[in-house]
Amino acid sequence: MSKELLAGWGRTAPARAERRSPTSVEDVQAAFAEKRPVIGRGLGRSYGDPAQVSGGLVLDNRSLSEVHHFDAATGVITAGAGLSLDDLLRITMPKGWFVPVTPGTRQVTLAGAVAADVHGKNHHVDGSFGQHVLRLTLVTPSGVYEITPSSDPELFWATVGGMGLTGFITHVTVQLIPIETDKVLVDTRRVNSLDEVMRELKESDATHRYSVAWVDCMTTGRHMGRGIITRGEHARVSDLDSPSLEGPSKAKLTIPFDAPSGLLNPLSIKIFNEAWFRVAPVHKDRQVQSIPTFFHPLDGINDWNRLYGRRGFVQYQFAVPDSAGEMVVKAIDQLSASKVPSFLAVLKRFGPGSPGHLSFPMAGWTLALDLPVGPAALPRVLDELDELVLSAGGRLYFAKDARLDGRHLRAMYPRVDEFLSVKARVDPENLLTSDLARRLDLIRK
Amino acid sequence: MENAFGQPQTVIVFGGTSDISHAVTLRLVKQRARRLVLAGRSAESLAARGAELTAAGATDISSVTFDAARPEQAGATVAEAFDALGAPADLVVIAVGLLGDQLAMENDAAASAEMAAVNYSWPVAALAEIRQRLVAQGSGRILVYSSVAAIRVRRDNYLYAGAKAGLDRFCEGLADSLVDTGVSIQIVRPGMVRTKMTTGMKDVPFTTSVDECADNIVKGLGTSAGVITSPSILKWVFLVLLHLPRPIWRKLAQVK
Repeated sequence: MSKELLAGWGRTAPARAERRSPTSVEDVQAAFAEKRPVIGRGLGRSYGDPAQVSGGLVLDNRSLSEVHHFDAATGVITAGAGLSLDDLLRITMPKGWFVPVTPGTRQVTLAGAVAADVHGKNHHVDGSFGQHVLRLTLVTPSGVYEITPSSDPELFWATVGGMGLTGFITHVTVQLIPIETDKVLVDTRRVNSLDEVMRELKESDATHRYSVAWVDCMTTGRHMGRGIITRGEHARVSDLDSPSLEGPSKAKLTIPFDAPSGLLNPLSIKIFNEAWFRVAPVHKDRQVQSIPTFFHPLDGINDWNRLYGRRGFVQYQFAVPDSAGEMVVKAIDQLSASKVPSFLAVLKRFGPGSPGHLSFPMAGWTLALDLPVGPAALPRVLDELDELVLSAGGRLYFAKDARLDGRHLRAMYPRVDEFLSVKARVDPENLLTSDLARRLDLIRK
Repeated sequence: MENAFGQPQTVIVFGGTSDISHAVTLRLVKQRARRLVLAGRSAESLAARGAELTAAGATDISSVTFDAARPEQAGATVAEAFDALGAPADLVVIAVGLLGDQLAMENDAAASAEMAAVNYSWPVAALAEIRQRLVAQGSGRILVYSSVAAIRVRRDNYLYAGAKAGLDRFCEGLADSLVDTGVSIQIVRPGMVRTKMTTGMKDVPFTTSVDECADNIVKGLGTSAGVITSPSILKWVFLVLLHLPRPIWRKLAQVK
């Protein structure tokens, strides 16, 4: 039990709270009994403020990470909700099972994956994480619920994508997917314009399970939005000379201290983008890559967020419907014209969204940008992008957001009130809240 | 809650009717500030300022009246303002100040006491209550108006500048006491600004308009700078002035 300063992965707006590590359902119930603001926290990979509640109680779920049951015949695993995907894969990959959905890092807990209803490069085929969850144990101020999508669909889908605001998840049961090897066969294309990037991505909806594009948001003119498209499939035994099936290894590098805040500036990022683009092959098929290289490239470096310095950074991720493809072009155009430095811009396709009331994905496009805090124009540039997103009928991702204006909440998430009525059933006093919920006026407390 | 860019949503302003502080509040309302408490001496001017902020987009404005010459009541005033806000305070601004008339006051004990009370004692007392509340809250930012005049006190305004100097140094220590609490404090040192407080005074070099000054302050709020100097060049000018030999300083700062 200790009081400490907590922030999200972007390291902006830290707040002090009391952090506790519950080891049982009873511990969580005891915390609710204190009638203080409470929120759960896992590995702190959300970029903004959803896993902190200033002046309140933060329940750290990493003390609940035991594997309770893993059936290597069916691929169903039940574990403490604080188990990271990294630790989970170390257990299941050697037995031939992979997570059905993985975000860009393995350093998320099962509870975090459910609460943010995370997506991966296969959303257009497999949907989001919550759609593969078979059962949850949810501890709420009004009791403990064992829920499946059919036993209590309302509470289940309010919890999936609900950013931890319906209760504290202690256990998760999830259906894994079979793999034959620990490798991915990757096809890469390097193209010179955003149009080509988008066309290639759209075409691969039907041809590849995994697809993603890196887009250069700092080059203007003819090559605006040039990018690299990578697509992959799990490699089969017959695809490889020496097939293997091993779990991911631990990160080898650590950023030991905060870089100066100006390290990532327009010039250095431009150089990085140029190099990143040049290094990629123009056209290469069936390249064998490891699972970490393909899915989690940044997991090789611990604490990489320190590269952004003390001021931190924000990630801006929006989703817009398929019909709003031009909006993506406009957004990238606006961004490159603003000269605000951004790197690692990731463009992906989304399939239909999940039934989660506050789940982020919607059929269409999603673009994610990493932006160092510092440029004076940045707050305004992003406010203007919000308007574009809204006019296209899109929304921002709570797991990334650290600056959205609460006025836009209901336009982006029209089912907020439905969500709040389910929350009222299990948490009538609104004990579960977070700095994100307060900032967006999602919960007035 | 304050967002990633240091833009507050809930704001309490003590001395909210002064020109500069109002211009800053207006800018904050145009960003994210929606719920505000304005505290000042006159209910009438608070209502007028409040109406302007509502027109600019604020949704929830309350006002609290107080007398900054009564530091012993500062704690109660702060408590009243926090209660009126009814939410965690993202930003608390102390913009109380009295420029006074040096020549008329310097031989007057009662007037000198009032200058010290308004410019030093009231803010210090208020900060004790604000500190306690924000630390319990685990987040929040404090903005205290000092002045470049506090960097080196002059012959012609030592009642004002001396008190501000005390407050300025006090806040430096307070800032260090807040490390790792989630709470931070920023000191604003504006140079000469053309306001109702300075009407009739002659422009000195680097005098700014209210709008320029407010822009500089809002820009500073977006950073974690401990001291916001407006215009920023004065930081360097005063670094030089601070080290001038006393007779030269005296000559430069003569009573006009």
